[in-house]
Amino acid sequence: MSLTRRSLLGAAAAMLAVGRARAAGVLTRVIPATGEAIPAVGLGTWATFNVGDDPAAMDACADVMCAFFEAGGRLIDSSPMYGSSQATIGHGLARLGGGAPVFAADKVWISSGEAGPGQIEQSRTLWGVPRFDLLQVHNLRAWQDHLPTLLAMKAAGTLRYVGITTSEGRRHEAFEAVMRDHPLDFIQVTYNPVDREAEDRILPLAQERGMAVLVNRTFRQGALTRALEGTPLPGWAGEIDCASWAQVLLKYALSHPAVTCAIPATTRPDHAAENMAAAAEPLPDAALRRRIEEAVAAA
Amino acid sequence: MIEHWLSYGLADFVPFTPATYLRLFELTNEATWPLPLATWAAGLAAAVLALGRRDWQVRAVLLLLAAAWAWVSWAYHLDRHAAINPAAPWYAAAFALQAVVLAALAARGGVTFSAAGPGVFIAAAGLALWPLLRPVDWQAVEVFGTAPDPTAVVTLGLLLMAAGRARWLWITLPVPLLWCLASGLTLLALELPAAVPTLVLPVAGTIIWARRRSNGLDGAR
Repeated sequence: MSLTRRSLLGAAAAMLAVGRARAAGVLTRVIPATGEAIPAVGLGTWATFNVGDDPAAMDACADVMCAFFEAGGRLIDSSPMYGSSQATIGHGLARLGGGAPVFAADKVWISSGEAGPGQIEQSRTLWGVPRFDLLQVHNLRAWQDHLPTLLAMKAAGTLRYVGITTSEGRRHEAFEAVMRDHPLDFIQVTYNPVDREAEDRILPLAQERGMAVLVNRTFRQGALTRALEGTPLPGWAGEIDCASWAQVLLKYALSHPAVTCAIPATTRPDHAAENMAAAAEPLPDAALRRRIEEAVAAA
Repeated sequence: MIEHWLSYGLADFVPFTPATYLRLFELTNEATWPLPLATWAAGLAAAVLALGRRDWQVRAVLLLLAAAWAWVSWAYHLDRHAAINPAAPWYAAAFALQAVVLAALAARGGVTFSAAGPGVFIAAAGLALWPLLRPVDWQAVEVFGTAPDPTAVVTLGLLLMAAGRARWLWITLPVPLLWCLASGLTLLALELPAAVPTLVLPVAGTIIWARRRSNGLDGAR
């Protein structure tokens, strides 16, 4: 092992120790199925971690992961649909020397039920983890075939949690039916001040059925933060300790009582740390939530 | 199955950021430098040769275009683009097919070019405008024969200079047009300004060409 590599691993270990210490101050939410607490902000990887085999870009993503863990983050979410994202996560975890406290969340996304286990194993290999914490049926694709596979893996102890996902409000009726009929631990939906369809039935049903909720597209893939870029942060943002619109949007999602964890994606380490800082009290009350909705609508 | 795919939007088919997309061109240029200068010069040579009327000049134009499509199929789509886009192997196959069609036309002969019509403007834009689209990220410059968009635009322009003079040449038009559509929509989803010329120029040019052709203004026979 070269001195450089040894010093890098030493720095990573020190960073993770700092991360564990900081995790004590991070807002956590409980997974109803087990009572396990996880930080309320995670890390999404759609588009941002699909960088191919470009070493510089893979290292830049690893830096994002370092900043995320250092700030007390744990849950990283990906999918076979996200191009090279899984391999990029594996690169980042390997660079951290195996000490990262990652909560590994991935998905199965293939039309053939028979091909599901093979895809899951390939994903696990790319991540380089012994097992996934959470596997979700991505956008309900072939869910009738994949859900029995995931539940069997959970029963066999090779998977801890089972879930389903949707985004941008697609197929909510079918989503709700699967939630009613199957013993899911997690669901994943889109939720932000503009996309609020999940509030009507999905989020209340998750609470009723004891399911943890991951929130995707908190920033609408950056569209909301870009739209708000020229809008000065109102004084009321200080009431909930927000220093940026991104934090306001994250706290909006987290202020819904059904939400367990928001999973924004980013390409920047400073933004990963800023997002994690939103996992903290105080959160907006009903009146402040309305002001956030109005501010976003006006942008 | 159909319901599943219909539930996706345009952005769902673009699983990368603008920075990653532009980096592809930077990496391709870096890995093959100074070949991009040569491929751009080959495009310029093809345009100049298309102004000539000798049989060897026409065949040379089509062979240069065929070589450019074959090279982009391999060096861009398969070697770079496939790392971030699962659709890239299909694009590579379409580019390889276009290369075969162009080479077959070169072997067959009987094509003539005319300097009249919108094709001249489109080919000139593909050569001169596309390299200027990214004045800041100049390392990610896109040139004919190395990047797919200027290759498709220059080819489309040159083929529109010829297509009206032989009815069967229409078979060379769908792949460049469909690529410009697919690439333009990708650029649109990434909110990159190059979406406008990539979508507008080829489509508008082809419509103008078709109208001129129906009015007998391009010497069709």
